[in-house]
Order: sequence, then C-alpha cells, then structure tokens
Amino acid sequence: MAKRSGILATAATLGLVATLLSACGSDSDDALVWYINPDSGGQAAVAKACSKELGFEITTQVLPQAAGEQRIQLARRLAAEDPSIDLMSIDPPYTAEFANAGYLAPLPDDLQQRLRDQAFTGAAAAATWDDQLVVAPFWSNTQVLWYRKSFAEKAGLDLTQPVTWDQIIQAAADNGGKVAVQSNKYEGYAVWINALIAGAGGAIATDTEKGADATIEVDSAAGDDAAGVISELASSSAAPADMSVAQEGQAGATFGGDTGAFMVNWTYIWTNYDATQPDVKKDLGFARYPQTVAGEESRPPYGGIGIGVSAYSDHEDQAMHALECLTSPENQGINAEMTGNMPSSPAGYDYPALKDIYPQELLDLFQESLDAAAPRTVSPYWSDISGALQSRFHPPSSVDEDTPADAQKFIEDVLHQRSLL
Amino acid sequence: MTATATTPAATAGRATKSDRSNAENRLGMRLVAPAVVVMLIVTAWPMIQALYLSLFKYRLTTPDEKEFVGIGNYTSILTDGLFWKDTVNTVIIMVVTVAIELVIGFVFAMVMHRVIFARGVIRTSILIPYGIITVVSAFAWQFTFSLSNGWVNSWFDWLPGIAADTNWFGDHWPAMFAIMVSEIWKTTPFMSLLLLAGLSQVSEDMIEAAKVDGATWWQRLWKVVLPNMRAAIMVAVLFRALDAFRIFDNIFVMTRGAQDTESSSFLTYRQVIEQFQLGLGSALSVLLFLTVLLLAFLIVRLFRVDLAQARGES
Repeated sequence: MAKRSGILATAATLGLVATLLSACGSDSDDALVWYINPDSGGQAAVAKACSKELGFEITTQVLPQAAGEQRIQLARRLAAEDPSIDLMSIDPPYTAEFANAGYLAPLPDDLQQRLRDQAFTGAAAAATWDDQLVVAPFWSNTQVLWYRKSFAEKAGLDLTQPVTWDQIIQAAADNGGKVAVQSNKYEGYAVWINALIAGAGGAIATDTEKGADATIEVDSAAGDDAAGVISELASSSAAPADMSVAQEGQAGATFGGDTGAFMVNWTYIWTNYDATQPDVKKDLGFARYPQTVAGEESRPPYGGIGIGVSAYSDHEDQAMHALECLTSPENQGINAEMTGNMPSSPAGYDYPALKDIYPQELLDLFQESLDAAAPRTVSPYWSDISGALQSRFHPPSSVDEDTPADAQKFIEDVLHQRSLL
Repeated sequence: MTATATTPAATAGRATKSDRSNAENRLGMRLVAPAVVVMLIVTAWPMIQALYLSLFKYRLTTPDEKEFVGIGNYTSILTDGLFWKDTVNTVIIMVVTVAIELVIGFVFAMVMHRVIFARGVIRTSILIPYGIITVVSAFAWQFTFSLSNGWVNSWFDWLPGIAADTNWFGDHWPAMFAIMVSEIWKTTPFMSLLLLAGLSQVSEDMIEAAKVDGATWWQRLWKVVLPNMRAAIMVAVLFRALDAFRIFDNIFVMTRGAQDTESSSFLTYRQVIEQFQLGLGSALSVLLFLTVLLLAFLIVRLFRVDLAQARGES
C-alpha cells in the first residue's frame, strides 16, 4: 500500500508539473513577444493599440537599460535561435550586425518600400544593410545646437545663420561660457566624432559590406578637421570641467548652470528644464547643429530605434503585420507624446499633440536635421570600430594632430584581431 | 569552484602490491568511474571546445567569416600591450591580497584556536564575511568608498591624502586599493579556516616540549608551529592564490575595468561576452587556464609539500 501511494503521489506531482509547464508555455503560443528598450510606457501603449487593431495580442518584455547590454542579451538569445522573441527594438548602430548575422527575418519588398517612403532619409539609411531595409524605423532622434538666448545676445553671435564649432567655442571662451558636449568614453562620444567627421565631408569607414576589411577613413582631411574641433574645445576655457566624463545628463547640467552657453544634445532637451529650471527654459534657444568646416552643411547625429522581426520567430507573418502597425505614423506620434522620442517619419510629426509640446520652428528644425543626419557607419563591426575610436580619442584633452592616424591604425588592428580592444 | 587536479597518480610502481591491495585499487577505480565520466562531460568537453575555438578567427555575429588562424590568436594576445597590462594588474592583486590575507588569516586562526570564552560567537563572527556573496560585498565596499555616500572619506579625512572629496574610483591606485580591500575582507575568513585546520594538527606535546626546553613564544611559533603546518599553509595559499588570480566580481561591480583596473578574467569576459569574439576569447581563457596551472605548479614546488600528505593520507 505504502508503495502504491508513493507512486500515486509521484504521478500527481508529475501531473501538476506538466500542467504548470503547459500554463507557462501557453502565453507564447498565441501572443507575439516584443522585446523593448526601457521607456516611459510608449512602446507598451503602442503594443496595446495594435493588439486591439490586429486582433492578436502583442506583449512586451523589457531589455536592460544600456544599449550595449540590450545588444548582448538579444544577440545571445538569437545566436541560440530562441523562438520566444518575435519582435525587437534595436539601436541603429547594431542593426547591421544583427542583419549580417542572419538574426533578422527579411522584410517583404512591398513592406520595405512602404516603410522607406514613410521614413526620413537618415532613418531609412540607418535601417538599411546590404541594400535591404532590415528594420522598420520607429522613432528617430537627432541633435541640435541648444543655446542660452541671453548669452548669445551678450556674445553678439547671430544664430539665425549657420554657425561653426569654431565660432561657438570662441564666443563661449570670450564671454566666460561653456560648450557642453558628450565626451565620456562611451558610445555618445563616437556619436559626436562621427558627426564632426561627416560634417567635414568624410566618413569613419566606407566599403562596410566587406566586413572587417572595410576601408577606415579616420586618417583623412575630415578626420583632421574633427580632431581639430575636439582639441580646440578641450584646450579652451569653454571646456566644461567634467568634459572627459560628460554624458547627456552632465552636459544638460552644465548647460543649466551659471556658465551654460551652448550645448549639442538630443531632442528631449526641450522639455528637460520644464519642471526644475523654468528660467532656463525661458532662455532656451535652438539652432541647426554646428558646422565642422565653415560653409559646409552640418550633418547632425542620428539616434533612435528600429523594430526588427526575429528570423527564429514562429509567427513571422503576424509579426510583419504587427511591425507595420507599430510603426504607423499615428503610433509614432503616440509614442513621441508619451516619451519625447520623436517620430521617424514626416507624417508622424503631424500628430496633433506634438504641436502642443513643441513650437513649430523646433519641429521643423528636427525634421530638417533628420533629413541631413549622418547615421553612424552602418557596419556589422560598428561596436569594434566605435570602441577603438573611443579608446584613442579619449580623453578629449589628449587629442592632437596625430590622433586620427593613431586611431585609424588601432581600428584596423582591432578589426583584423591584431590588437585587443 | 577551484578545480585543482590533486590526485597523485604516482602511487603505482612503488613496491609490488599484494593481491588484496590490487583488488582494492580495482574496486576504487570502478567506484570513481561514474564521477570521472561526469567530470569529462562537464569539464573536459568545454575545455576541448575552447581549445578548438581558440584556433579560429570567429565572431558570434559574423559566422560566415569564421576562419582557421592556427596560433594566430595566441600571438596577437601575447604581443598585445593590453593583455600584459591586465596580467600585471592581476598579479599585483593576487600577491598583495594573498600576503595580507595570510597574515591576518593566521592571526584570526590563532584567536579561533586559543580562545577560551564565547568560542562559537567569535568563530562565527570571524567567518561571517565569507558567507556573504561576493557581488553583495563588492557593492557594500563600493558604497563605502563612494564619494557621495561612503563613510571612508568622512571617517579618515585626518589621514594625509584623504579628503572629503577624494574620488577613490577616479584614479588607478586608489581604485585598485578599494578593490583589494574588498577582496581581502571577503576572503580572509576562508584563509583563517584553512589555517585553523592546520593549527589544530600541530601536536600540543611538541609545543609543551619546546616550552620545557625554554623556547620563547616567538621561537615556538617559528620553530615548532609553522614548520608543522606547512602543508596547511600551502593549501591555503594555493587555493587563495588561484582564486585571487581569477578575480572578477569585485572589479565588475566596483569599476567595470575603468582606470585600468581590469584583470585577466575581466578581459576574457569582455572579449567573449561583450564583443562576441569566441576565437580570441577562447584563446584568452586557455591562456588563463595555463597560467593558473603554472601558478599551482610553482606554489607546490615552492613549499615542497606532498599534497597527499597534506590531506592526511599515508
């Protein structure tokens, strides 16, 4: 008897475990899972709206905070062909890496065409690898030159005309102001360097479809111009004290402080001071990103999120429908209203609520900047290129005329695994 | 954690064995066989896999460009400045922490051995840090040294070189100091536990005899106690040195390798996990493994101790 009751107990336990396991599994059977980067609820709201519209459920799973950690988690799951990811939010610098590795399901041609027609030029460029649009641009961010109106007036600088880096550094130095930038040893520094090089008509790398054999062009006239701007600021009295560790937040704090004069930073700065420093908000002006070389059009940075469909998803067709819904101009508008992450399409900018938050000239400037934006080099090796670039350009005060050649050699060595990064 | 190959394989061939001991040996082998098979599957297989991968230029996200490079990964690593910088860091951390732990650990072991009142409480409180998860202790020490909410700056600002605004993680040596303090605090109890085992093996008779012969406390310590616990010291130093050489958690939590505080393990982690460089990273882990083996060999040689004897075998 005792033995039989033991068997019964075991059977009951197994039955219970099986029920629990199947209960766990049932979620992923009929709902799409979208891995999102953390935000203030925009993506979850959009997922809910599309679940209602399409008649199937889209659930969200939140990725880690840092973009690099998001990349690691997604790549490791995808390398293991994890079918539990259907859709994912991907940072532009890693799009090429994922597409090249075969992690992203190819988008149908007609869908690619519609998404490309809808998006800003810069947004589509950042989402393209090997002539294919591999993710759907969802939101797009760009930087503009923010300035304190009172300071510009004191310095006598006319910001209705395009200005150069040299002009703002001089104006700030001569009048006791600071130029806030992002130059900690992190991805944001590579964003700045890329914008400076692109603004001088160059590129960090070309022929990127050759992978590790891409042509690195940091050691060029454009690279020299970029290094010139960085070293001019770093050695000037306009350099903030925390320049070598400044990220977006520190730059914002410098700009909001007593010596704040100029800052390059992302779109959300417009609402950054609303609650805490209303007087700074009143004094806040904006203009096109500064030129690296006088007379040559500036190429503002590009950031944002594209949504990709996993190549290992069991629901690819549904995911494609979901993708189109999630990135519709209206949903881009909903997301922008909730998070401050601006739409990736001109149509998204027509979302009425945005006009209540941002002045029309600023919305126009954002769109103009996005069309002129220079995305970071689209390469499966971007994280290596960026890391090597940061390693040689940091700290900013060490940048001199030898830096571009030095960085070029180091990037090439890292790409060919002759050096450790 | 510390997988050390300590089985002496040199027992055969000493003398002709009796039938009975042969049979016992055979039985012994049959009994350990299942464990050996499991070890081969879970340890040897990944090691062979790593060895194989280390011969390739292979990145997880560019699988099509996988390419056989022979010992190319090893030559790029061994000629790389960063690798040597990190190795030197690791050696410094290992030598300094193990030396300090040995001294403090021995004092603790003596206290635990000789204490006559509240024995349980004293032994337990000495062992508490070892029961704390390394990541937790690393966070605790990071807060301790933190510029904004740590207590080190405010308690020790009377010392030269420490002020209210000393940024411990802003420079190489202060950051290394903080990492080492955390490591020492966390693992000294382990050291003292191993030394306590050795201390209790020292025969009281010998100490008594030395006392009768008129040896001072100092002489008894150096001439009687320490020589008789050489095996225990050797095991303690070996275990701790190998552990310290593989330091990772403290650095990961406290500096993330900033200010050149990176260790060999951390470098390997970055290559494999962050940069997906399976080939280069595997080569690094093979080198790390070889270094650990070499260290173990050197320490065994240095103390000239038979490990079988250290475990109380005949």
